[in-house]
Amino acid sequence: MRNEREFPSAGGAGAGQGVGARLPRKEDDRLMRGRGQFVADIRLAGLQDVAFVRSPLAHALIRGIHVPEHYRGSVFTAADLAGVNPIRAVSGLPGFKISEQPVLATGKVRQVGELVAMCVAPTRAEAEDIAATVTLDLEELPAVYDMRRAREPGSALVHEHWGDNVFLETNFEVDISRAFDAPIKVSREISTARQCMSPLEGRGVVATFDHRFDQLTLYSSAQMPHITRSGLAECLDMEQGRIRIVSPDVGGGFGHKGILLPEEVCLSWLTMHRGHPVRWTEDRREHLTASSNCREHHYKITVYADRDGRLRGIDCEATVDSGAYSSYPFSACLEAAQVASILPGPYLMPAYRCRTFSVATNKCPILPYRGVARTGVCFALELMLDLVATEAGLEPGEVRLRNLVQPEQMPFDNITNKHFDSGDYPEAMRRALASIDIEGVRARQRKGEADGRKIGVGVSIYCEQAAHGTSVYSGWGIPMVPGHEQASARLTPDGGLELRVGVHSHGQGMETTLAQVAHEVLGVDVAKVRLIHGDTAMTPYSTGTWGSRSMVMAGGAIATACRELGERARRIGAKLLQHDPAAVVLQNGEVRGVNGSVTLKEIAHTWYRRPQDLPPDVDPGGLEVTSGYKPQRDSGTFSYAAHAAVVAVDPDLGEVEILDYVIVEDGGVLVNPMVVDGQIYGGLAQGIGTALYEEMPFDAAGQPLATTLADYLLPGPTEVPAPRLDHMETPSPYTQFGVKGIGEGGAIAPPAAIANAVNDALRPLGVELMQSPITPYRVVEAVLAARDAERPAA
Amino acid sequence: MKPAPFGYERPRDLQAALAVLGEAKTSAKIIAGGQSLGPMLNLRLVEPQLIVDISGLAELKQVERRGDELVLGACVTHADIEDGRIPDVTRGAMQGVAGNIAYRAVRNRGTVGGSLSHADPAADWVSALSALGARLTLRSLSGARMVAMEDFIVGALESALRDGEIVETIHVPAMPASAHWGYAKSCRKTGEFAHAIGAILIDPSAATARVVIGAIDSAPVVITNAAELFGGRIAGDYKDRFDARVADVLLAKAGVSNAAHRHIHVNVLKRAVSEAAA
Repeated sequence: MRNEREFPSAGGAGAGQGVGARLPRKEDDRLMRGRGQFVADIRLAGLQDVAFVRSPLAHALIRGIHVPEHYRGSVFTAADLAGVNPIRAVSGLPGFKISEQPVLATGKVRQVGELVAMCVAPTRAEAEDIAATVTLDLEELPAVYDMRRAREPGSALVHEHWGDNVFLETNFEVDISRAFDAPIKVSREISTARQCMSPLEGRGVVATFDHRFDQLTLYSSAQMPHITRSGLAECLDMEQGRIRIVSPDVGGGFGHKGILLPEEVCLSWLTMHRGHPVRWTEDRREHLTASSNCREHHYKITVYADRDGRLRGIDCEATVDSGAYSSYPFSACLEAAQVASILPGPYLMPAYRCRTFSVATNKCPILPYRGVARTGVCFALELMLDLVATEAGLEPGEVRLRNLVQPEQMPFDNITNKHFDSGDYPEAMRRALASIDIEGVRARQRKGEADGRKIGVGVSIYCEQAAHGTSVYSGWGIPMVPGHEQASARLTPDGGLELRVGVHSHGQGMETTLAQVAHEVLGVDVAKVRLIHGDTAMTPYSTGTWGSRSMVMAGGAIATACRELGERARRIGAKLLQHDPAAVVLQNGEVRGVNGSVTLKEIAHTWYRRPQDLPPDVDPGGLEVTSGYKPQRDSGTFSYAAHAAVVAVDPDLGEVEILDYVIVEDGGVLVNPMVVDGQIYGGLAQGIGTALYEEMPFDAAGQPLATTLADYLLPGPTEVPAPRLDHMETPSPYTQFGVKGIGEGGAIAPPAAIANAVNDALRPLGVELMQSPITPYRVVEAVLAARDAERPAA
Repeated sequence: MKPAPFGYERPRDLQAALAVLGEAKTSAKIIAGGQSLGPMLNLRLVEPQLIVDISGLAELKQVERRGDELVLGACVTHADIEDGRIPDVTRGAMQGVAGNIAYRAVRNRGTVGGSLSHADPAADWVSALSALGARLTLRSLSGARMVAMEDFIVGALESALRDGEIVETIHVPAMPASAHWGYAKSCRKTGEFAHAIGAILIDPSAATARVVIGAIDSAPVVITNAAELFGGRIAGDYKDRFDARVADVLLAKAGVSNAAHRHIHVNVLKRAVSEAAA
């Protein structure tokens, strides 16, 4: 296995630093010593803190906002923000209904935690004191809290002028009626809970106005600074050049930090209004109750199969609770509409139908969380495949092997026209089954456990479309469509290399991995490569870091820019060596000819410090290149993994313990396998959270019930086992070096594998769980229900 | 999540603390380790006008053996017990409980007296000390009184403490050599508050038992006359005679209406009984 390989030394240019090297992360030196600089670490002279008055009700008319006389100058409401536009994230998909999210509530509030007033004071505590004195006169309306009831006639309406609560309905069908006579037909309802993304660092904003540049400068914990700038400019009616977004160190994003926040708009307005810097730091209660919600899906699904377990078709109706507003830039429809296109995944089937509903409710907007829609889709489909296995009398693994796309079919267009670039899915599944020792687990199950617990094994497989570009996103018609990605590369006078990219690292280790890409091309020591990112003033435009795109897109752009830079250096080097340019090569940071070599450092010194030594026909562009890149096909790379879990379930206490966990992953060519391992570990932890712990319940008044981390449970070190990892590396035929995006996959498959394992364990008791998270209460409730069902009627 | 403004006093001795509390004309809260009160202040769930910090009171950190009892000052921390820094009269029972309270960081600062005063039904000491038959000395300016644990916890987050009164000491009876101890809890994850606790101190040779079902939405169910849980008599075969139906009825009587919740509680208690018998 790759993760057991020796750690190569990072010293010296040349060997062991390019694509494929397990280099320790450069950024960890400052991050692990507590020297990272996050938004909350920023101190500006005259900085004041903001606290918001938020709606205590899910749905209500605002009759009045009462501010004590002596705080009038410190409290701002929508009436003060005249001319500020609401956040609009429109989708071009036919039938999409538009929501306008006012940055401070006007007329009515549509979710608990919605911003109503902004309070500013020298400290956050004082700002909260002021907020506590503001009283709201609200007339409560019935809350739309259940996405399925929200579709029924007579439901209260989140946006009255729509006439219903459906943001968007989509339909996709291929020959579904041909599946109806299949001998195996399994139907279920499956659901995943609403979650909160919970990065270690929440959102945070420091806003200031720089008169020298005539620029609003917004420091924000953001994944997509250039997109934030565009969205902010639209809300504030400002020229984009008058806005600079700086995203410093970011402590985890997962999608939450790709969203334009009303808070960002409010603080931008406030600093321009007040003339001093202002700050808002999201606290954990705000994070849990007012933002960052994700994942709430419901499926009514029927799977048709032949007796041998081969799929005949899938018929599905999926509903996603989109919350109150369409968030910028991904919109309220990305999640549900994606369900229809990605549900079939890597499986072969001749018939398919999927209807989806994006439903508005009085909850926070649903945001795209790591694995966007895929975690729910994987959960639904993989649980259903286990039921097909039971019906067909087959091992669950065997049902997968009979239905997965075969390697010789690559590249492969599936039933929804997803273009799979490469891979050997059955091999990943076979390796996972062998590694988890299916036979051994079955033998152990037959023997039984001394402690009365039940053992179960579960598998799941998924694909992760990454770095999908123009051809995919232009169809969505949302405010952001990725095109060519650009990067800049500049040799410094002393031979160092500066890279500039518009994507932003929020924990991915890009300062290391993108430097490895540059090293692969130019041979510059990784220690001398500096990555400049997270600042619209200093980087090329980019849609930013989302959709597991940064290595494919920014990595590709850096490779392209570095090649052009290398070519220019090579021509200068040839002159210095007094060679024909055709007779010299760039290798390991040197231009070499038969008579000798000259280093990039010497070439840079000549360009910047001794131009008199340059050839007269030198490329005047010099040693600084901005270049763009798109893969040969922009339909995305497809990485994938087979997960296998063994669990022990206590049927009386409902406790689930993960005994063993195997991941066989294929992310194409890995730039830094250690960083990939880290991505998988982190994703697995989040997947375990989805499977067993994380849930944001709401009551019938639309009140979020998990308002602290004592109620909203996140897995910790003791809940996350050390998985056994195995990497396959099937290159993508379309990308630089054959890389694929891998940022999200770890979080996609665990809920399905774990739920399948729990159901495998409890099947002898007649128990089946089709809902995440699998809590002790849900297990015991199901065990008792199964016992009652078995007991003969009295 | 910043607390509302409050006054702060850090008295130098217990008498001064009682005086501050007794004379307070405004709402006052005592803080020791702050592991519950701290978050509640930050969430503005409580907004006392005065915080009286007793963490500097040496009297409340004293521990001494008095006859058949161990007398613990209220400010002894969970970690003091976990690490064996104080004498033990429970044959390791308290050490075992202490070591599994929340996380080490909480145990370093959290105090036994603070946990009891907070009266969270899911807190370990509420159930464990009830089963161990502990009593508390409560002191105010007007004097001291002693109450049994089962009388001290009145309901969820409700204790018998009166205004101006403070938990001074916890009196833990020495555990006889013939007694068996079992303590079990179910938590959704390590360090989380339990959603079910079972505790039992049983002495088959004396035919006595104290049984506690804790972490319900009200004060724990403390069963001092536990024979009915074991088919009418307490003897060496108590593990086999444990009657889950009786426990289930007791829980229903205590207001636990959900069958799955009762099932979990009964089975956690069964674990505690098995542990005692092991």
